[in-house]
Amino acid sequence: MSDQIKQATLEYTTRLGDDSVVLGHRISEWVSYGPFLEEDIAYGNVSLDYIGRARMFYTYAAELADDGRDEDDFAYMRNDREYRNLLLMELPKGDFAYSQVRQLFADVYYTLMLPELLQSKDETLSAIAAKAIKETKYHLRRSRDWVLRLGDGTEESHQRAQKAVDQLWGYTHEMFDMDETEQLLADAGIGVDVAGLRDRWLQMVTDILMQATLEVPEESWAVRGGRTGYHTENLGHMLTEMQIVHRSHPGCKW
Amino acid sequence: MTTPQEQNFMRKISAEEKIEPKDWMPDAYRKNLIRQISQHAHSEVIGMQPEGNWLTRAPSLRRKAILLSKIQDEAGHGLYLYSACETLGISRSEMIEQLQSGAAKYSSIFNYPTLTWADVGAIGWLVDGAAIVNQVSLQRTSYGPYSRGMIRICKEESFHQRQGYEAMLALAKGSEGQKAMAQDALDRFYWPALMMFGPHDSESAHSQKSMEWKIKRETNDDLRQKFVDQTVQQIEVLGLEHPDKNIKWNEERGHYDSSDLNWDEFWSVINGNGHCNRQRVEHHIAAHDEGEWVRDAITAYNEKKRAKKAQHAA
Repeated sequence: MSDQIKQATLEYTTRLGDDSVVLGHRISEWVSYGPFLEEDIAYGNVSLDYIGRARMFYTYAAELADDGRDEDDFAYMRNDREYRNLLLMELPKGDFAYSQVRQLFADVYYTLMLPELLQSKDETLSAIAAKAIKETKYHLRRSRDWVLRLGDGTEESHQRAQKAVDQLWGYTHEMFDMDETEQLLADAGIGVDVAGLRDRWLQMVTDILMQATLEVPEESWAVRGGRTGYHTENLGHMLTEMQIVHRSHPGCKW
Repeated sequence: MTTPQEQNFMRKISAEEKIEPKDWMPDAYRKNLIRQISQHAHSEVIGMQPEGNWLTRAPSLRRKAILLSKIQDEAGHGLYLYSACETLGISRSEMIEQLQSGAAKYSSIFNYPTLTWADVGAIGWLVDGAAIVNQVSLQRTSYGPYSRGMIRICKEESFHQRQGYEAMLALAKGSEGQKAMAQDALDRFYWPALMMFGPHDSESAHSQKSMEWKIKRETNDDLRQKFVDQTVQQIEVLGLEHPDKNIKWNEERGHYDSSDLNWDEFWSVINGNGHCNRQRVEHHIAAHDEGEWVRDAITAYNEKKRAKKAQHAA
């Protein structure tokens, strides 16, 4: 592996780890706050899948970095400006409709992205994708069912679901942005060309939203910046909470 | 005068045969079981809160994953137990109403606050540890669905206790700060954990009848003694100070002697003066109320689907 490719793979793997840990953390905030007990279990389950992915990505990142850091150094010892997750993942949990619509957007994205990552020439990334694909299949079934029920449920649930779609829409565009790092890796057959997933994502999401009697927003607003560390105000608060114990006891084992 | 039904019931109890949902049972047996099983279910559910308090601050990804998995198990235990209790003719929504109104209780241990990360370890080790001592004994309880639920739950609880103890071990063998955190958590949770076994047998309102019907298989004091005995060596391995200065091996009894517990505090916390009594119930009510529109949406959606299907068929 050339140095340039290795550096790019490290950056890419860290991004994917950041997406997973941030979304996993947000989902975990639902535990004991769900609308009924079965949902507390489901949220715990999905969160656990994402934390598991974060650990695999960070462990690989640590191996590539080869500078003595471990998975926890990646998660706990970087600041919000160093995090490279998509903005969609860091938005606060909101109400149940907001979290489920966000989940749908993410799940459709992973449904398309992971099979491509499975084809990666990088064996570790491919192996992580293989495990994650199975989880995402279940995640999508759940978020899709929920969006259908909320969209086509009561007047209130419909309004809440529509509001969530409208509020989250502007954060979906950057999921399909490619920068030099990602282009380099896509050309090398290691990373996924996410720009190429956009049309299929839009088609799948549109189908589900229409079936849920929800409207696909037409506005073209788009917020970007996660991949360059230009975050919303929410991430700093989230990381403050997540990192407090770890950082209060420097160098300790847990 | 006992009826033939009563005689048959007592015969099964004596012969260690399980009582099943469709079998005849005395009303008081049914009531006693509903009280105990629903209280147990509520404890699992309310117990998600003090541990959930540390989910977003777990100090490593591995610990975060373990804690998530554990809390998920507790919620699952709540589900089995609600189902077991429903076989006695009460619905889950009735049980939840009783929890929220205060008519049903949950384990008072969860009225204590979790103040540091070490409390998560202490809960796994001591609280789940005490629960297991009780639950192992309940695997032989006379009501079939409860007994089978306990067998399944015990398998998962022993994993919980191990992870809690292992988390404490990491702290106790760690930095000075970590060790102090572990000692503090042990000091705060040791006594309430002993109180989880309930009052002395002589003071326990439900014990006698429960023993006779083999709902309970061992007395509060016997179970507590087992826990006291098994904990001494665990504390030694951690290298922490035992919170009970009077703990002493009694050769003649073959058990450790220990200080009497502060029962005034026990009753005070049960009666509402714990740090978290109101908070735990309010949290449950708030989440339940906030979820109402979601539950309504499912009902409305399912009705629409049914109506469409019926129209299609016609």
